Amino acid sequence: MSVVDIKDLSVSFSTDAGAVRAVDGVSLTVERGEVLAIVGESGSGKTVTAKTILGLLPETATSSGAVLLSHAGGEGSTDIVAVGRKGLREVRGTDVAMVFQEPSTALNPVYTVGWQIAEGLRAHGKVSRRQGRALAIEILRKVGIPDPEKRVDYYPHQFSGGQKQRVVIAMALVLNPGLIVADEPTTALDVTVQAEILDLLRQVRDEFGTAIVLITHNMGVVADLADRVAVMYQGKVVEQADTRTLFTSPQAEYTKKLLAAVPYVGQGVAGAAVRAAERAGTASEALVTADGLMIEYPGRLGRAGFRAVNGVSFEIRAGEVLGLVGESGSGKTTIGRAIAGLTQATGGSLKVLGTEMVGVRERDFKPHRVDIGFVFQDPGSSFNPLLTIAQCVAEPLIVHGRADSAADARGRVDELLEAVQLPRAFGDRYPHELSGGQRQRASLARSLALDPKLLIADEPTSALDVSVQARVLELFRDLQKELGFAALFISHDLAVVDILADRIAVLYHGDLVEQGTGAEVLGAPQHPYTRRLLASLPVPDPVVQAERREALRALRAEESLSGRSQ
Amino acid sequence: MAITASAPKRRLVDRLPVVHQLRQSVGLQRGMLVAGLIITTIFVILAIFAPLIAPYGFAQLRDASGAFGAQQPPSAAHWFGTTVGGYDVLSRVIWGTQTALLVIIIAVVLSIFAGVLLGLVSGYIGGWLDRVLVVVADAVYAFPSLLLAIVAAIVISGGQSNQIAGVFAAAISITVVFIPQYFRVIRAETVRIKAEAFVESARVIGASNSRIMFVHVFRNATRTLPLIFTLNASEAILTLAGLGFLGFGIEPSSAAEWGYDLNKALSDVTSGIWWTALYPGLAIVFVVLGITLVGESLNDLADPRLRGRRSVGAASGEVAQTSVVPGGVIDVPGGMGTLEEPGDGGSDR
Repeated sequence: MSVVDIKDLSVSFSTDAGAVRAVDGVSLTVERGEVLAIVGESGSGKTVTAKTILGLLPETATSSGAVLLSHAGGEGSTDIVAVGRKGLREVRGTDVAMVFQEPSTALNPVYTVGWQIAEGLRAHGKVSRRQGRALAIEILRKVGIPDPEKRVDYYPHQFSGGQKQRVVIAMALVLNPGLIVADEPTTALDVTVQAEILDLLRQVRDEFGTAIVLITHNMGVVADLADRVAVMYQGKVVEQADTRTLFTSPQAEYTKKLLAAVPYVGQGVAGAAVRAAERAGTASEALVTADGLMIEYPGRLGRAGFRAVNGVSFEIRAGEVLGLVGESGSGKTTIGRAIAGLTQATGGSLKVLGTEMVGVRERDFKPHRVDIGFVFQDPGSSFNPLLTIAQCVAEPLIVHGRADSAADARGRVDELLEAVQLPRAFGDRYPHELSGGQRQRASLARSLALDPKLLIADEPTSALDVSVQARVLELFRDLQKELGFAALFISHDLAVVDILADRIAVLYHGDLVEQGTGAEVLGAPQHPYTRRLLASLPVPDPVVQAERREALRALRAEESLSGRSQ
Repeated sequence: MAITASAPKRRLVDRLPVVHQLRQSVGLQRGMLVAGLIITTIFVILAIFAPLIAPYGFAQLRDASGAFGAQQPPSAAHWFGTTVGGYDVLSRVIWGTQTALLVIIIAVVLSIFAGVLLGLVSGYIGGWLDRVLVVVADAVYAFPSLLLAIVAAIVISGGQSNQIAGVFAAAISITVVFIPQYFRVIRAETVRIKAEAFVESARVIGASNSRIMFVHVFRNATRTLPLIFTLNASEAILTLAGLGFLGFGIEPSSAAEWGYDLNKALSDVTSGIWWTALYPGLAIVFVVLGITLVGESLNDLADPRLRGRRSVGAASGEVAQTSVVPGGVIDVPGGMGTLEEPGDGGSDR
């Protein structure tokens, strides 16, 4: 018997613009001990479908159809759509539990993790404090938290991101539910940590026999963990198949395109070689030269500052794309901001377009701003919400005296919009009327308005869906080829950097551990961190991924051995 | 600004501040807003047309048929009766709206400019200037506002009691209390907006500080002002009435003022003369209630989490076109809008 049986589920939300249907006639089943991945881009209804299983929809939602959830203990099932609040409370935790996307917000910062794990036990029957604590310790040990007897009294902030996610999984597991709904459980985590959490989820399925509904947009994660995949598009399930079949012979047109859009490592090597050959012989000047660059953030009174970048040396030559890769907190964004003069460089030397940035004054750097473009990570907030797209794109032209007003600059703005493949009429829209991908293209248009020599792109595609990301990357590559600007491309995703970059630099805790061409860094990584990073990256192919998983395990074992022998 | 190509613009009705909210609201929130708007409109109409509506002047003691007489109960000639001083209560209530409206306008206009400018500069520039201004604002804030208003009233009016001086004395004393409020709100918004990516992008472009402050930060920071404005307006009326009640208001011969009338009606209450206190009191309550209702419901409607919506039938509505066909054709003007619609929910600001 299946753990959950969704029959013809439809969910509508009441919004300011009237009713909007988010899920449209979805039918799915999950068997015991099975991992079902629901994939789709943002807005496809995957999260709403999964939240319906727990009855976690907001008040503005109405649903029809049936979600039959079988009880973990034995026979019988509950229809979540029809059951009342009390029934829902009984089901949650015992029959179905949830793992949230952002572990740092899913845990209450003022209680110890042990207390929070026991909270689920207390909600479903009387448990003494001692019993609760014992159970919490046991479950923490099972999810791989070292030294659980001590750690059970720790507060969430004392754990790292990956460990917090382990605690969240422990909370979900403590009542041994038949089903866990994991909503993008690894999206907020670094690649290397992601691999560990995926391992843990696999272990949960094998040891506890728990079924998992995995919601994700990352096809690599799907290939790594899922047994079966349901692809959702615009509220409907367009295809359902077991993982191997889906990746080898996708049936639906949408699935094919989705899979084709996923970037993978090794894509860019050929392109980079061609570009390198073209450039060979023409000695180009270095636009950015960092030599032992250090960036420190000042600490609070009486405390030492935080050193985000620690003695980094690199160079960006004219017309060259440098890809900067690293996990969160590695200092990659800080370097980008320092080059743009948004953050003060504090030590070493950083020369941008001939100006020394350590101790630079804004007045001296201002003339060079004409030659620097910047694309921000979040397309949602990088436009003034009260100006139209045309006014936003015209802003650099006005500031640098190339145009008197937005109307005056309109001709150039239209050219720019067409260059980034946006229709001219979009210039009259407001930023919130554009989708994320369109906004990011407009952002690219703005950064290119003054024909800069250097473009800094700070994770420009990390907020976008895979399909949209593919297009923005393609556009970026074409424009770079055409206009020949140099670029610093910052990303946490090796595959994305690989597509665009001529050279790749890998940052780790503020140190530059490796740099070289794509073929060098990705083909034959020298530094153990780069190797681990590469091995952790899940590829969208279940067969290859299974091999890579083994390789990663071997690599980790080797590392821990060498770590012990040192 | 001339815009060459036409885009789907929202209709004018939908973009006017209050009208837009009125159309957007449903249920109880709509009821609150409508009630508040009706009361406020009556208040404004009474204030503007007071000379036409009021049966007598605010300082009139006698008409063709002789003196009104003091403390007369409500009658056909004097619907709300007369006060201890022999004035017509109805006329003074109606004329009082004019004084109240004037004080609101002057107080808010005076404080809004100073408060907004100080807040913007303080929040954007930061540093020691910010610290000093915040300390000053907090110090003013820490004073009991009525006490401060009394001091200001004495300093400003200096014993004079004509309408302009009286109104200004009240308005300026309220201003002193209000500037820190606007200052704080705008400063907090500015500090928040300063960290937004669009301000940083303006800095990367090389825009000057004044351009960033006035083009990018200012308009975004002042979006909450209509809300504070309505809430402050009701507070202005209460402060004015408080001043009048304590005897620092406007003399009855210069203008009608509800607080003053309430003060004079104090002794009447114990002797069973209810009409002299009841009507000015009700006027204060209604005006404050009306403006507060408008302010509160605007506040609720501005927040998507508090905003009520029409309930929808199960599984009704269209599937939102939130997705893009990957790899599809992108450079089709006109076709774009149907493919990529706004909103992955990330930016409903």
